[in-house]
Amino acid sequence: MQLVLEKRAERSNIIALVSPLIAIGLTIVTMSILFAILGKNPISALGVYFIDPLTDSYSLQEIAVKAAPLVMIAIGLSLCYLANVWNIGAEGQFLIGAVAGSWLAVETHGTDAGPWVLPAMLLLAAAGGALYALIPAICRVRFGASEILTSLMLVYVADLFLDYLVRGPWRDPAGFNFPTTAEFDPVATMPILIQGGRLHLGAIIALVVVAAAAVLLGRTIKGFEIRVVGAAPRAARFGGFNSNQLVLLTFAISGALAGLAGIIEVAGPVGHLQPGFSPGYGFTAIIVAFLGRLNPVGILIAGLFLALTFIGGEQAQIAMKIPLDVTKVFQGILLFYVLACDSLILYRFRLIFPSRQVHRGTA
Amino acid sequence: MRKILIAATAVMIAAAASLSGASAADKLKVGFIYLGPVGDFGWTYQHEVARQALVKEFGDKIETTYLENVSEGPDAERSIEQLVRAGNKLIFTTSFGYMDPTLKVAKKYPDVHFEHATGFKSDKNMGIYNGRFYEGRYIQGIIAGKMSKAGVLGYIASFPIPEVIMGINATILGAQTVNPNIKVKIIWANTWFDPGKEADAAKALLDQGADVIMQHTDSPAAMQIASERGKLAFGQDSEMIKFGPKTQLTSIIDNWAPYYIDRVKAELDGKWTTDNVWGGLKSKMVVMAPYTNMPDDVKKMAMDTEAAIIAGKLFPFKCPIVDQTGKTVECKGGDHLDDGQVLGMNFYVKGIDDKIPGK
Repeated sequence: MQLVLEKRAERSNIIALVSPLIAIGLTIVTMSILFAILGKNPISALGVYFIDPLTDSYSLQEIAVKAAPLVMIAIGLSLCYLANVWNIGAEGQFLIGAVAGSWLAVETHGTDAGPWVLPAMLLLAAAGGALYALIPAICRVRFGASEILTSLMLVYVADLFLDYLVRGPWRDPAGFNFPTTAEFDPVATMPILIQGGRLHLGAIIALVVVAAAAVLLGRTIKGFEIRVVGAAPRAARFGGFNSNQLVLLTFAISGALAGLAGIIEVAGPVGHLQPGFSPGYGFTAIIVAFLGRLNPVGILIAGLFLALTFIGGEQAQIAMKIPLDVTKVFQGILLFYVLACDSLILYRFRLIFPSRQVHRGTA
Repeated sequence: MRKILIAATAVMIAAAASLSGASAADKLKVGFIYLGPVGDFGWTYQHEVARQALVKEFGDKIETTYLENVSEGPDAERSIEQLVRAGNKLIFTTSFGYMDPTLKVAKKYPDVHFEHATGFKSDKNMGIYNGRFYEGRYIQGIIAGKMSKAGVLGYIASFPIPEVIMGINATILGAQTVNPNIKVKIIWANTWFDPGKEADAAKALLDQGADVIMQHTDSPAAMQIASERGKLAFGQDSEMIKFGPKTQLTSIIDNWAPYYIDRVKAELDGKWTTDNVWGGLKSKMVVMAPYTNMPDDVKKMAMDTEAAIIAGKLFPFKCPIVDQTGKTVECKGGDHLDDGQVLGMNFYVKGIDDKIPGK
């Protein structure tokens, strides 16, 4: 007897809808067993993870704060991935966007510059991220260099460039030589939406980005082009679509969005530029993009869900003394099941009973 | 039916009362924010050891909670605030990068007390504390100067901030007292904790001819590499002798427990006030691990130096201090540099043939 994975003749629409639910169900079962082994009550542990953060306004705000940059970056990445362009360096574009926007904040620090500063910072950041993303795009179009490698390696360049700036020219003169810029002026920080919380304008910008991407992909010829080039490159060529131009375009858009997310993070929750301010959002966003099936609304849900596991995981550490590693295991198991269940959309299991003769033949 | 309802309600109220009575009545909740995992065997581990000492000391009177691996970015503020919202009244944030987030949360919750390690900003409900690790480094310098046959020390540095610069300077000043021609090779790892990178740096330093390794990063990786190659090394933050029984000369141990016990006691007595503590060998915030793998005369020298620092007879940064360019540094503390000069140190002393990054 043999268990084989067999390709379905056509993708199963029912499974496509049910698959994420199966994945979440399996995750909950696995985690319950793990919690029981750790000696924690599975019901209350799952409650702390999934339910508690949704019950008060503070945690809801924090989920939105955490999800906003992830969603913004993931939307940009999804455009690339749909067009079969592999931008792995969103983290670098995120950092360069933060640097480009912070330049203005540092330059205008302590002057009586007006409220134009923040919008200008956002524009600079988007432009900076886009230009930085165009480097690997141009390398691919002109020289055929693998954008996976070049975009990834540029992350480290961005990281060190940021490092140099905050240790050298941009260092806070009153900061005892510690590597950070001065705290941004109020005109250079993101407005807070709800008094006393941390929810800022960035959450709304993220929603606008989701809506814009949905329109772009669903209602415009450009969106159609992106999908065709990715799904059927030959057909796209016959259709007269210029795939090189699309590489540049998708890279520029995703770089701009990552850069925008970068400055929003710096001018929002952080308040100044410092090395290591990003907890790896550019990389986590890759997971978000795929978890959301490269669909704008899916990405929004995936981003919120991942943020929920972060906040819930933290509350579990506090309320139930569950170690952080369990949260990481939890996220890993979830991703594993989602990918595993997804393969059921295109494949199915079949049991094969070989005849005796074949069995003897191989033995 | 009504009777059952009333009975049920009564039971629930009683249960709720007993629950809250047991856990929240008079227990002081103390929270900790950790930079690394509790098992890093270095910086975070030492804070965790001190937290366990608190539990042992106060037992049922307190309840402690920690959050580990909290990055020094936008998440820190939320993590600290989560501890506040969970009812913690005294919160220790144990890395430099938590300074601004701690200050933000402290302003928002004036009734909660905060203790921030290694920073320079404080408030009426936010105290700061740090160890004079440079005192230990001075002793290590003397040992290294004596023990290095090649006359070359290998130093794995983390970030070019004053805390690290003062450690390098103190080491060299100590080493120069026994070997005026001592050389030091420095590698900047740009991380506090990354065993892989730390190991690579240690290998590179040994390849460049260093035969005594020391580090300002938190894992025992460098010790393990030195041990493999049969060279000598110092531990960092905690006792690391088990990672190099024939390698470790000594280790600078961060001993936070007495301070933490003192602060929690003050909080329990309602006497907590903000403070700025920079404790060294004398107050036992900095402790030297046993001096091992060295001849008796070197051992005696190290112990004498330690005793002299504790007695206040010896200052690692005693004047005159000459910087790399040959200029004598202004002496603001009488016969030694004052604390402000040490805390903002941004120059190498004479004898270091290198350049501070970004300068």
